[in-house]
Amino acid sequence: RLVQVSKNYRSVMRACMEDMHQAAISARDPALHSQYSTQVSILSAMELIWNLCEILFVEAAAAGTLLLRLLDWVRLHICDVDNMVREVLSSENPSKHELFWNVVDVFVLQGRMDEARHLLSKEASADPTSVNMYKILDDLMKKMPVPSLGNTQTLTEMELKWQHWHEECQRYLQNGTFASNSHMESICKILLGDEDAILEKKELMTTWYHFLVTRLLYSRPTVKPMELRFYAQMDLFLGGESSPEPLDMILMAAFEFEMHQVIKECSIALSNWWFVAHLTDLLDHCKLLQSHNLYFGSNMREFLLLEYASGLFSHHSLWQLGVDYFDHCPEYGRVYLELHIERIPLNTEQKALKVLRICEQRQMHEQVRSICKIMAMKALRNNRLGSALSWSIRAKDAAFATLISDRFLKDYCERGCFSDLDLIDNLGPSMLLSDRLTFLGKYREFHRLYGEKRFSEAAKLLLMLMTAHIAPCSFWMTLLTDALPLLEQKEVVFSAEQTYELMRCLEDLTAGKSEKQKFQDDDVETTKVEMLRLALARNLARVIVKEGTLEGS
Amino acid sequence: QDNRISIWSVGDLGNVGLSGEYQGEPQLLCDIRHNGDVMEMQFLDQERIVVASSTGTVTVFRHHQNNQTLSVSQRWEKAHYHVDQDTSCCGAACTGVICNNPEIVTVGEDGRINLFRVDQKDAIRTIDNADSSTLHAVTFLRTTEILTVNSIGQLKIWDLRQQTNEPSQIFSLTGDRVPLHCVDRHPNQQHIVATGGQDGMLSIWDIRQGTMPVSLLNAHEAEMWEVHFHPSNPDHLFTCSEDGSLWHWDTSRDVSEKPSFLHQGGRSTAYFSHNTVNQSVISAWLSNDPTKDRMEITNLIPNQTLSVNSLDILGPCLVYGTDAEAIYVNRQLFA
Repeated sequence: RLVQVSKNYRSVMRACMEDMHQAAISARDPALHSQYSTQVSILSAMELIWNLCEILFVEAAAAGTLLLRLLDWVRLHICDVDNMVREVLSSENPSKHELFWNVVDVFVLQGRMDEARHLLSKEASADPTSVNMYKILDDLMKKMPVPSLGNTQTLTEMELKWQHWHEECQRYLQNGTFASNSHMESICKILLGDEDAILEKKELMTTWYHFLVTRLLYSRPTVKPMELRFYAQMDLFLGGESSPEPLDMILMAAFEFEMHQVIKECSIALSNWWFVAHLTDLLDHCKLLQSHNLYFGSNMREFLLLEYASGLFSHHSLWQLGVDYFDHCPEYGRVYLELHIERIPLNTEQKALKVLRICEQRQMHEQVRSICKIMAMKALRNNRLGSALSWSIRAKDAAFATLISDRFLKDYCERGCFSDLDLIDNLGPSMLLSDRLTFLGKYREFHRLYGEKRFSEAAKLLLMLMTAHIAPCSFWMTLLTDALPLLEQKEVVFSAEQTYELMRCLEDLTAGKSEKQKFQDDDVETTKVEMLRLALARNLARVIVKEGTLEGS
Repeated sequence: QDNRISIWSVGDLGNVGLSGEYQGEPQLLCDIRHNGDVMEMQFLDQERIVVASSTGTVTVFRHHQNNQTLSVSQRWEKAHYHVDQDTSCCGAACTGVICNNPEIVTVGEDGRINLFRVDQKDAIRTIDNADSSTLHAVTFLRTTEILTVNSIGQLKIWDLRQQTNEPSQIFSLTGDRVPLHCVDRHPNQQHIVATGGQDGMLSIWDIRQGTMPVSLLNAHEAEMWEVHFHPSNPDHLFTCSEDGSLWHWDTSRDVSEKPSFLHQGGRSTAYFSHNTVNQSVISAWLSNDPTKDRMEITNLIPNQTLSVNSLDILGPCLVYGTDAEAIYVNRQLFA
């Protein structure tokens, strides 16, 4: 099943390669073209490495299957010769083509016996004198034992058969059967696994790992995974002319089964964490990586995933994927997520809502509060009081709701009327979020009742606001001043009880002020207080009379 | 960021396979850069598209069908903006746009409503501070009236003929004032309006009566981004949400009939009876008879992952786009 996953990754890489290739072809700008082409070669190298890792680590191919897989691997990735092959095959008379023998050699080197035999048969029919030679060679190729995929033969059986076949080839060579045709002789030598013969065909193999696999095919087809390292020798092939490239180092480390080395080399060679993060994750799932505890506590898989995901967060839209990655990092994922998610730029409300939804799903309450606060502050600065309130409701932030209400009340005091009535009139149950907000709602209701001339209800509400201490003390003066017109009504609005209450409130208010404050009070203040006292007294007088009269009659 | 407006061709009818499934991929015909996030798009007419941007700009693009290119035909910069306390100006996202050729109405995070006419440089009418919170969506109720929904759970009707800057009517949700994100009007019966909220709840309103929704249907688990009545088959309603699902609400069938919907995967059907407040209206959406009237709801997405941000329907075709950078086309909706 993990092999399937690995294959999926590879097909994705191939699809990207294809797209990039198309882009490279269609790019008119040469700089762009070369950029895309570089990308294609990087992707191709990545797929090469991944494929090898899949064979050696994920699938952990055993002896026998190992060789088959490696053969497939080589055939898939050595494409330099494809053009030549195509050219010869499509020519009218392939056997007369100058590159004919090269192509046959390629087939042999890659273990493609059937194709080699097919080509040879064309040559055989063209040249009747060497028919015998061809028959023998053809026969040898046909009989060559290969490891089977199913369980039809054990390794020992296969080895035995191979030994016999090897000896037979040896006999023919020593008999001088192929002496007259140097090409065929060299093929026979290759079949025998003669290193020098194989090395002669260096250009057809182009890489040391091709050489490795060919060697194995013809000298040790039942190679076991752990034996690979003994056969993987670059210097034979490179011959000391060129030094190994990063890709070579990575592949070598893979052949030596040094997984950590592979990962390390890849991290250095590749500029993006995608490859190493996902490869390490896959290997971890195969239970192949010992949990090397790195000095800050997490294991390598998690470390790489965290690095990769952190990189995603700097992207304007891929951050959502980063969230999923962090979810799968058991130790530090959550912490990283908490830190990163607060730093996502929130340029629209919609984006903020998406971020909030992610936080809420993970019970990240701190972050919810902080993000809502940021949005609410922004809204407040832009004078969008309704938005600010809506954000504080989402965060259930009572303190902020109080702040907003204070802002509304301040506006009212300064301007004498409410802004954003649509909001205040329709607060609904969210009014209960904070006391100040409740007060705001009720105060507005008072104004509404007054506007509808429902004075007794308005009066009751006003009084309740003060006695139930819903109104902040700072606002009492304003409320009492609002009571003035009610007191001056032709109809008596406040009952005796209520008037006494009002008077008490006023006294509480004035008593509360210190001497110094009273001194600082300007005329307006003192006038107000006096007017109130007068109005209250007059109202009291009227109401006592009224109530007394009613009782009497 | 490289945001683009793109036009795709979804192939011809000859490409339909055995099971009626669409074969082949949509082909990109042309695209053009766009500044800011695309918040909403609407076709103005056969050739022109109006696009609302997160920068507060509203742009009209023209699609030249002869050579398959897109070009900017008109632009209203700063259609939506904030003026903060330091009296400096910055763009506010334009969240909704609706067209009725030649008029275009836009709303934004600045609580402003703009009425534009194509080919006229300035707005015909602007209602500043129409709302103290963000206006999330707008749609036409009648040719001179629009509906808006906002962050404090209110549905407002505005009469554009009137010169006052007050809505002619305000409707509110019962209970919590959950922000409303989308609104759509029934194509034939103009008094029926559907809205979707931040808690994923679908509300159906009858704007002739009352100030509260007629029915509240618990739908998605996260914000409902868009709600659409099917334009020619209004017994069908579609909603999509942040939770990654796209629901098809069907009130056209009787209980007696066996439901036989064909959609790829994900058949989680549920039967709902309405939780109604008001009585006796003809439409299935408002009816309250629980025995007679059952609604079938299907999730059209088999394996949901990321949010479905937007959808549209025309005839038998459904198109929707997700946060997973994917666009899905379903051409056999009522197969």
